[in-house]
Amino acid sequence: MNDQSSIKRCVSFFSFQEEYFLRKLTLEDCIATAARLDIPGIEIIGDQMIPDYPDISDEFLRKWHAWLEKYERVPVCLDTFLDFNKYNNRRMSEDEVLATILHDIQNARKLGFSLIRINHDVSPWALEKSAPTAEKYGIKLGLEIHAPHHLDHEFEQRHIEMMSRTQSPSLGFVVDMSIFSDRFPRVVSDRWLRDGMDPAIVSYFVESYNAHNCLDYVCDQVVQMGARPEDIGMVYYGVRHNLYSNPERMLEYMPLIFHVHATLNEMLPDYTEFSVPYDQIIPVFQQGGYNGYLSSEYEGGKHIDDTEEVDGVEQVRRHQVMLKHLLSIEQPVAIAMPVRVH
Amino acid sequence: MYDKYLIVGEAFKNVTENGKVIGFQLGMRLPYYRGVVLSLIGKTDLSVDGEVFSPEQMSVTLNGKEYELTGLENEPVAKWEFGEIGILTVKKPGGLNPGKHAVELAQHMKISYVPFGFHGHDRKELTLIE
Repeated sequence: MNDQSSIKRCVSFFSFQEEYFLRKLTLEDCIATAARLDIPGIEIIGDQMIPDYPDISDEFLRKWHAWLEKYERVPVCLDTFLDFNKYNNRRMSEDEVLATILHDIQNARKLGFSLIRINHDVSPWALEKSAPTAEKYGIKLGLEIHAPHHLDHEFEQRHIEMMSRTQSPSLGFVVDMSIFSDRFPRVVSDRWLRDGMDPAIVSYFVESYNAHNCLDYVCDQVVQMGARPEDIGMVYYGVRHNLYSNPERMLEYMPLIFHVHATLNEMLPDYTEFSVPYDQIIPVFQQGGYNGYLSSEYEGGKHIDDTEEVDGVEQVRRHQVMLKHLLSIEQPVAIAMPVRVH
Repeated sequence: MYDKYLIVGEAFKNVTENGKVIGFQLGMRLPYYRGVVLSLIGKTDLSVDGEVFSPEQMSVTLNGKEYELTGLENEPVAKWEFGEIGILTVKKPGGLNPGKHAVELAQHMKISYVPFGFHGHDRKELTLIE
């Protein structure tokens, strides 16, 4: 049996974005909060909380390292983006993408990270070309797999082909657990109702999603039902952020999984998450011998901010209580999972 | 996202240059969860009491530096930090009358990893004090 304690806990400061946006929390407060909630690892989006990213000042680096030392947290993952359209009227070239990633590798080194989350739109070519530099500096590059993608998606399979061919220890994935959303997040569909979507469309969509019906078909039906353009936009957003795929598919690729965004949209008072069946998925990680971090990533705030105060800290607190509990118990095999599909 | 935080009223006032009121200004935030280079900032639709202002009439000041809205697409390095309040200055000779005004602001963000980008829309009643 694998040592389940080898799976570690982390928090992405994405979770505290509303508090930071409104300047209720500083970056130091975020790090202190991780310490107070007993979360060993931290993850940060460079563009979100590092001024002038990707150009990091020496002054920031001094403060950053002092905070890590003071609060005794482990820098686990630096999240980066590729803005392909930032040069007016043309798409960034592949060489510019490569240069961006190489710059991010240097930034990760300076900040003490050994892992970079690569956004889910980078080509196999750019990742393969980045690998020698990443290996040289001991940095892992994890391409994020986020809904509507999944491990068996054509795009991920092209990356897997490249990774199998190159065998670089620096290339792999960050899995976002939105791809294991068994039930559609209630906070999202409730917001659709408040934003004026026809209740018949909302309930059709939610029931179809929860039955794991083909989402392309469901979206077509939503259009047929007379959805307004803004409804179509909302539904489109919904299916780009939530998907149910079989967690057991990870078993085949576990060595390639460097890191996990443990998505939460709504932690209930009983310490369960509304959409993602963590009690069924954590055993898959244990069975597969995963030994990276599960990083709390609170996505729910933007869906409730019209009616209530967003409290990312409390949501993460509950989530970490759940993770701690589930990681502490022996669950030899995944339970109640669908038949494995190949 | 962040719709209700886009318009920041504290900075709402007329702008005077060489003794003449040349327009007005207000604070604004962006509807997105990262700091972005200015070239990712899409269309800014502003109206006050139903009067619509064109991009040619507007500029934004970030960290003391002023940028014309029509020139943002050529700024792939300078950043608008996450949550930072920019000062939107609108040219309108004579400015606005003191008192209450209905301000509406819609902001689009050109974010390449989503087909339609991000969008935010805010509407607030602000009081302009002479």
